[in-house]
Amino acid sequence: MSAPHPAGGARRGGARRRFLRNPLGLASAIVLAAVAAAVLLAPVLSPQSPDVSHLKDAFAGPSGAHPLGFDTAGRDVLARLLYGGRNTLGGALLAVLVALALGVPSGLLAGYRGGRFDAAADWTVTLVMALPAMVVLLASRAILGPKVWVLMVVLGVLVSPGFFRLVRGIVSGVRNELYVDAAKVSGLSDTRIVARHVLIVVRAPIIIQVALVAGLAIALQAGLEFLGIGSGDTPTWGAMLNEAFKNVQRAPSLMLWPGLALGLTNAALVLFAAAVRDALDDRTAKPRSARPRSARPRSARPRSARPRSVRPRSARRRRGAPGAAPAAGTSRPDAGALLSVRDLAVSYLTAAGATEVVHGVDLDVREGEIVGLVGESGSGKTQTAFSVLGILPEGGHVSRGSVLVGGTEVVGLPERAHRALRGDVVGYVPQEPMSNLDPSFTIGAQLVEPMRHKLGISRAEARRRALDLLRTVEIADPGRTFASYPHEISGGMAQRVLIAGAISCDPRLLIADEPTTALDVMVQAEVLGLLRRLQKERGLGVLLVTHNLGVVADLCDRVAVMREGRIVEAGETERVLRDPEDPYTRRLLGAVLDHVPARAPWRPAKGPTP
Amino acid sequence: MTTNDHPGHEDSADRLDRDAEAAQVRAAQVDEVPDDALLAVEGLRVSYPGKGRRAARNSVLRGVSFGVRAGETLGLVGGSGSGKTTIGRAVLGLVPVEAGAITFDGERIERAGRARRRELSRCLQVIFQDPYTSLNPSLTIGDTLSEPLLGQGYGRREARGRVAGLLDRVRLPADAAERLPREFSGGQRQRVAIARALAIDPRLIVCDEPVSALDLTTQQTVLELLLEIQEQTAVAYLFVSHDLSVIRFMSHRVAVVHQGRIVETGGAAEVTSRPRHPYTRGLMLSAPVADVAEQRERRRALERPDGADASAR
Repeated sequence: MSAPHPAGGARRGGARRRFLRNPLGLASAIVLAAVAAAVLLAPVLSPQSPDVSHLKDAFAGPSGAHPLGFDTAGRDVLARLLYGGRNTLGGALLAVLVALALGVPSGLLAGYRGGRFDAAADWTVTLVMALPAMVVLLASRAILGPKVWVLMVVLGVLVSPGFFRLVRGIVSGVRNELYVDAAKVSGLSDTRIVARHVLIVVRAPIIIQVALVAGLAIALQAGLEFLGIGSGDTPTWGAMLNEAFKNVQRAPSLMLWPGLALGLTNAALVLFAAAVRDALDDRTAKPRSARPRSARPRSARPRSARPRSVRPRSARRRRGAPGAAPAAGTSRPDAGALLSVRDLAVSYLTAAGATEVVHGVDLDVREGEIVGLVGESGSGKTQTAFSVLGILPEGGHVSRGSVLVGGTEVVGLPERAHRALRGDVVGYVPQEPMSNLDPSFTIGAQLVEPMRHKLGISRAEARRRALDLLRTVEIADPGRTFASYPHEISGGMAQRVLIAGAISCDPRLLIADEPTTALDVMVQAEVLGLLRRLQKERGLGVLLVTHNLGVVADLCDRVAVMREGRIVEAGETERVLRDPEDPYTRRLLGAVLDHVPARAPWRPAKGPTP
Repeated sequence: MTTNDHPGHEDSADRLDRDAEAAQVRAAQVDEVPDDALLAVEGLRVSYPGKGRRAARNSVLRGVSFGVRAGETLGLVGGSGSGKTTIGRAVLGLVPVEAGAITFDGERIERAGRARRRELSRCLQVIFQDPYTSLNPSLTIGDTLSEPLLGQGYGRREARGRVAGLLDRVRLPADAAERLPREFSGGQRQRVAIARALAIDPRLIVCDEPVSALDLTTQQTVLELLLEIQEQTAVAYLFVSHDLSVIRFMSHRVAVVHQGRIVETGGAAEVTSRPRHPYTRGLMLSAPVADVAEQRERRRALERPDGADASAR
């Protein structure tokens, strides 16, 4: 089990707000609170003791002092319902407490420490889980006596493995978080680390599990009582159902109240748990750009971008002299270019309204040239590349401008038509090779399937081509890589495979988004060399998105520097890197450490330092 | 030994060669542990259990020796999987040491127990690579910064009192204490991590790729901050990075780590401009420079047939 992303404190506050805004969550919380209050105040609310029985009142209907009437033995139904609730809910509470007491500390310990305790606890838990719950409950009733409390303690033991597993799974994930390491280095004791860093993460899932287990305990207990294997004459909702059922012909309404109480409580518990989960699991978080690299779609599978408004072309801003550098060129799209972007703007819909993150970008990539799009995080360079591919993350859309890919306007293009362009006109090399390969399929399958689909060729033919491609991207043993799963190959190899995939349907344009950022520097040099070779051999146009000016110098013919959603400078790579015109480009180049002198040798400190 | 036992003879000659080489390497490494080292690591070995019950252990470090003096920066550079990060983690006690000695200020610490480790954290601190996961997202900056102080037995109030001073030292606004990590950029978060490391005036900080998740312009300011702090406090840095240019900028001395061994050590200028070991040369030539003509030269050198050994791993 992977640890869920721990919710932040403010986010937690947000979670509370989200929970209260969810009508089902609010209603279920109110119902649970009302039931709990009624049951706790039973002595006050009951008209009489639940055990007082007047046979003359048996089956009597509601009256002023006895709003729900009397049962088969002439006892007040309301009183029995309220006191019965004490036993039923109290029993469930007991079961939950026992399960929590057993499962949570052991889970914390096993998850945090691991090792022998973990192994032993895991064995025990597996044993407990293998026990048939119903048989154990019945047997314990026979041995320990027909007491509701005893049954609930046993039930608590039986469900505690659920808590153990839940907590252990989350904690063993958190244990490896860097902030836990940092806390260790800070000298905090384990108890303190667990209290500060671990409990906060398991809190929410435990609340959810408690609600579910409480519902289960109530239902199980009521079921046993209903079958008559309960606790004798103690009033519980299940026992009331049992008695009522025996007289269902004579007084069907007696079934109603305990049934309603049970149904309402259980439904409220389930809805409560669901609402808590939804509130904590809020996925509508804004996709905007504090970390645009993580705003990437999780797979290379494209998602549609629906442009809200595309301004008519005549309304587009005219800018730039005719003789300007091609990348920041004239406002007229270059029909001869493989890729021609004009006045592109990308917006995201957030709670606060639309936020523009790319403000009017012009860019051209011609056949056989590599154009670098360079900038720091948040500059919009990846957003620009995603707009070309039509794979902007959810909430993002092209809000203005035009993107011509191989002469086809892709802004406003239906998803199906856009999909047709991807693969055989434009290929995509993503940033993180590993997360872009599906771990459950072999490399071969992931290369063959798209080719069969896009090119309509047979499996054998696609296989032959895939092996050829692997050889093309300089993989030493194509057959073995073909049959491997992604976890069996290295990151550099995976990136080669993805490059093979990107060129498998002979695209004319390649979009490479930080293709070497996740790689080791030596592997980076090899992959860059490979990209260069493929580009030359196939006359590809390449748009290379990167933050590394060295990569630009190594590979790109032209470069465009982006900052805060705008292109601040564009031109021949050699010229831009040698004498940059824009102050920001100068600052970027100034931060490069290539030619900074090495640090002078160490000298012992002269005197005592403060 | 008979003269016709030719292959055996060759074997022993080989062995002699190898022994001589090993002795040389050992001598070189012993030389690299200065007498006045604050932190001395000798023959450090670390291995992880292999997958499955009977699988062999994977050796990550195969005998690493180095020393860091007070106020000095030793740069550890290497590719991914070289073991450079494990060295830092072993010094901090975050991974078990298989063999070898780690001596801090004259005291052997490689087997220090939990209680001793907690005391040591007064002297030994860390800055991790990823400023996004090294700060607990649900604790305010103030809580995170007071953590090491609490660990050293400061009262809660006293700890909070020192936070403002720490924030000022890394040039973050004072009101940052009340805010959560997600409100800060990567560079600002890394400043928080630096402030946390500085909270109890440590004598050595392990910097584990502290700038590799940052933008270029942010990287520069963070590195300069680290240098400035070193000049003020004479703290020693064990600076781990894959980036030779960052290492060169930060380190007095550099150790190149490859496959769990240190293959080359020396002064920063010497190792990063005139590398002797082919692996170091490969590292240097592989890193692209932001100058077209110079990069063309580098690539030519890297792809030259006789440079093939340079990229051997």
